[in-house]
Amino acid sequence: MGATHLPSTEFDGTEMDDQLEAEAEAQLGDPAEPMVQLLGPDGTLGSDPVFSKYAEKLDPDTLRGFYADMAKIRRFDVEATALQRQGQLALWVPLTGQEAAQIGSGRASQPQDYIFPTYREHGVALTRNVDLAELLRQFRGVSNGGWNPKDTNFHLYTLVLAAQTPHAVGYAMGIQRDQKLAAANAVASGEAGQAVEPNAAVMVYFGDGASSEGDVHESMVFAASYQAPVVFFCQNNHWAISVPSSVQTRIPLANRAKGYGFPGIRVDGNDVIAVHAVTEWALERARDGHGPVLIEAFTYRVGAHTTADDPTKYRGSAEEGLWRAKDPLARLEKYLRAEGLADDSFFEQVRADGDELAAYVRKTTHDLETPDIRTAFANTYVEAHPLVAEELAWFEEYSAGFADEATADEASAEEADTVQTDRAAR
Amino acid sequence: MTTMTIAKAINEGLRATLSNNPRSLLMGEDIGALGGVYRVTDGLIAEFGADRVVDTPLAESGIIGTAIGLSLRGYQPVCEIQFDGFVFPGFNQITTQLAKMHSRSNGNLTVPVVIRIPYGGGIGSIEHHSESPEALFAHTAGLRIITPSNPHDAYWMIQQAVDCQDPVIVFEPKRRYWLKGEVDTETPGASADPFKAHVLREGTDATVVVYGPLVPVALAAAEAAAEDGHSVEVIDLRSISPIDFDTVTASVRKTGRLIVAHEAPTFGGIGGEIAARISERAFHSLEAPVIRVGGFHMPYPVAKVEEDYLPDIDRILEALDRALAY
Repeated sequence: MGATHLPSTEFDGTEMDDQLEAEAEAQLGDPAEPMVQLLGPDGTLGSDPVFSKYAEKLDPDTLRGFYADMAKIRRFDVEATALQRQGQLALWVPLTGQEAAQIGSGRASQPQDYIFPTYREHGVALTRNVDLAELLRQFRGVSNGGWNPKDTNFHLYTLVLAAQTPHAVGYAMGIQRDQKLAAANAVASGEAGQAVEPNAAVMVYFGDGASSEGDVHESMVFAASYQAPVVFFCQNNHWAISVPSSVQTRIPLANRAKGYGFPGIRVDGNDVIAVHAVTEWALERARDGHGPVLIEAFTYRVGAHTTADDPTKYRGSAEEGLWRAKDPLARLEKYLRAEGLADDSFFEQVRADGDELAAYVRKTTHDLETPDIRTAFANTYVEAHPLVAEELAWFEEYSAGFADEATADEASAEEADTVQTDRAAR
Repeated sequence: MTTMTIAKAINEGLRATLSNNPRSLLMGEDIGALGGVYRVTDGLIAEFGADRVVDTPLAESGIIGTAIGLSLRGYQPVCEIQFDGFVFPGFNQITTQLAKMHSRSNGNLTVPVVIRIPYGGGIGSIEHHSESPEALFAHTAGLRIITPSNPHDAYWMIQQAVDCQDPVIVFEPKRRYWLKGEVDTETPGASADPFKAHVLREGTDATVVVYGPLVPVALAAAEAAAEDGHSVEVIDLRSISPIDFDTVTASVRKTGRLIVAHEAPTFGGIGGEIAARISERAFHSLEAPVIRVGGFHMPYPVAKVEEDYLPDIDRILEALDRALAY
């Protein structure tokens, strides 16, 4: 065991051989691997030859907004976890620890961009103005979606890992065709050179676990071949439920992009300023027609995979402690305070806003209505379908039979009452 | 009226779609310069360009997955899967994503993707090139499945599939690609509804239900049966999901006997579904149990013995004898 390595006791007695331990350490952040970082864990702003200019554009309001969003979504996460513990949600997928990766990237997107999340991107949903109460529909079991993606260009959560990655590339291929059609139409109508729709890009989220899925590979091949305007945003949160990222990859995930022929960048996923800068760069690049980028946000899932998971079975608290020290909120708070950009009253207000959101979400969740199964019959197909119609007709008849029974029960109850009354009168 | 093969009819149908519908496009392996391994897309890339006739990387999940994304952006992709046995790398995208998108979005999203799959055996090919996996898809709600058996249907059904707002899989009977027939490119006529079965030959003693590659086989069997004095009605199902049970039921009420034949294995197949539904709908009209004729419960056998596997005229006549014996 090397002197620089953590003592095994800090891994809850889990024994690892030297090689595995070295690998685990590499996963925790090998300083030899380049990683874009602007705001360090100590709250001081560093510089980067490419990305500092993006950070310099951020005004104090935006920086405070980053913090407010991160705090809001963390508060939401706590509330949703509590709702699950109280039986109000079937399951919850916590994001704590990944706030900077999600808020930083989400806020770098433009309204015309289209976002494909996996299922933990509640922070991105917030930046896309998705009603967070709607987000809980899926976890309460009243919808498999919950919101209309057309309203916010934020697609539904996808639970089959990585299945949304080719959708993102296809959507981006559609954007390419739209631009060509618009240009051709402009020429045809003699309006060439006039402003058309702003260029759009697609961003798709997945994790270190999903990176092993074939769909990620196929998507990257398609994206590279057609130079599709898509940003692959991989949140490497180090754990695919219980399996560490060292089982998914032997090299930094960002390096895989090189094999496909487009840039890959590892960014400190707990540094909201760097994440925002890198994502803004990548999306601009995609919108301008320069093809895909892979961003690996190096972050950590501080909590459990889901509320059904037990991380104590597979990882030590020391590791979690190391990452808590890199907390995305704490470092931005330090920076904002040190620069005099925010004071106690700001942080107090953020807390109050978070509690207000939590109260709203709690109330709305309780009020979420259970849908009628008839909507499932109605939404299986767009166009009329004889089998669905036949089964629905059967279901209606079957249900009506219970209604008759209920009426009959009511009638017999009334009859019984009458008998009682008659007896009493006697 | 023009005479053409099924392959040419699909080619012409795709050409009409690309001409009439600016948001339609074709995607698949080798569909560009080569025109597809069966030349079904022959000449289309020259006419419509590489943005609308897209030679894709060799990745079926990627083809279906990107087609879903294109459809979410308002496009109507028609994907070619090179052979039946190669659809399975795309099976996840078809069953968990394509089939469910409209439902899971509470009706907000539509994904009108068309998937063309050459299917069936009888071409003496190597493994994975002769399969009939239609039941695997028919079992998945959200998909529609149609299969033409003649050039006129082929010409219209591919266009109707693109027009349909639901995802549609078109199973193309590959051993009949070179079957010639009359095509009316002006009007679909009786083929206006792709989900309706057609009675191809009327009869009174028994009904034989078939689709795709077995349609000519069933018609020949009916001809042979007529020489023996048996009047056989032949129905081309055309749509495997949904199934036009009304047409089948009406026929069975008349004939009292039903034989369903397909190349796919009988176990868990479309024939079993038809047998069950008809026994519910027309129990008192049945003079005999519904008899299935199909492939055996084995992987599709090697080409040299596929004649022993595939339902042929004699297998259908043997089933007819059994039905008539009741």
